[in-house]
Amino acid sequence: MGQLRQKILVLYLASSALDDAVRAWAVYDGTGKEAHTTGDSDTPPYKTGLDALKDGWRVIQFPQLIPPYPGLEFTTSFQKNEFILEKLEEI
Amino acid sequence: MPTVVDKQYLLNSKQMASFVAKGYLRFDDLIPDTINQAVMRDIDAGIVKSNPAGMPLSQCYPPPSAVGEMLRMPQVQGIIQSLVGADPLFDHQAVHVREPNEDSAQNLHGDSTIDIRMHFDIQLMYFPHDVSREMGGTLIVPGSHFRRINESEIARYQNIVGQIQTVCNAGTLLIVHHGIWHCGRQNKSNQRRYMFKVRLNPAVRQLRLWNTDDLTEDAKKQQVIFGGSAKTDDVQSILTKQEPWFEWGDGRLEILNRIKLWRFLTGDNNFDAHYWLTRLENMPEVMEAAG
Repeated sequence: MGQLRQKILVLYLASSALDDAVRAWAVYDGTGKEAHTTGDSDTPPYKTGLDALKDGWRVIQFPQLIPPYPGLEFTTSFQKNEFILEKLEEI
Repeated sequence: MPTVVDKQYLLNSKQMASFVAKGYLRFDDLIPDTINQAVMRDIDAGIVKSNPAGMPLSQCYPPPSAVGEMLRMPQVQGIIQSLVGADPLFDHQAVHVREPNEDSAQNLHGDSTIDIRMHFDIQLMYFPHDVSREMGGTLIVPGSHFRRINESEIARYQNIVGQIQTVCNAGTLLIVHHGIWHCGRQNKSNQRRYMFKVRLNPAVRQLRLWNTDDLTEDAKKQQVIFGGSAKTDDVQSILTKQEPWFEWGDGRLEILNRIKLWRFLTGDNNFDAHYWLTRLENMPEVMEAAG
């Protein structure tokens, strides 16, 4: 068996539900086969987070549901629904 | 002395509402080719001299200056005057260069630092030559200008649904709110790609600086909502149209942000769009008469 390397897929979804639509994404490939950068695609790799699971990605981090801090209820910032997924691939 | 431009060159209320909603305006082929070529010559010669921060724009780029000629066009003056007044302050300029055959793009970022003002600066992004998709024109994320982030904390985002990759002809001008998320894209072509940027600060209260002739009482009337009969191209609908990358929850907060900025710009603290703020502000104190 060859050495394993991690591929990371970061998906930002429309809500905290894993089967909701992808709004933003990033890919980091530890195998070195793919090189992704800002603005390299206008089409999400999957329609939903669940579709990524069906393609073999494993979720390694779910976004926590954190109530708004008092006074910041109407403030917007980063996209909250950030799911981090991985695949292990041989090199 | 600053020149006050003819009203015909000012933005109208729908354009202003679009700027409030999306954080940018785009003007294709606005600058004539004679100026584009002169600016390119000056950039290549390295003679586009900057100005001290805080200097009134009317004192910057005195003739002969191709950049000054561009900025003094009545069409450009009208845009500037509508957003930040007739004689805003010069902040800084930058000649952005994307080298040919780059390995990667610039990280997504917001300029300067966290900026929570309702008052806003604008940045003119001027493309003096044709920009093909391969050349990596500036990427902007419409509607991102209210998100409170600090510079490249957002570098992790590689792509966002609805992002705009600037592909344009020479002479195109993007005007962006200071908070817009953006980056220079990867240049996969064999040519250098330029973008000339100027940041301007308002020197006057940003209050009804545009052509408000179309800002009628009718524009602020409450409408039928969630019933499919709301207008589709008026100020209210422009302010409530969500971007394709908005989350279901925070997307609604962005509508509130837009309404608040529109109130600030019009001085009308009763303005609402599709009842979003009125609902939250309804805290009646009237006592019902006992039966």
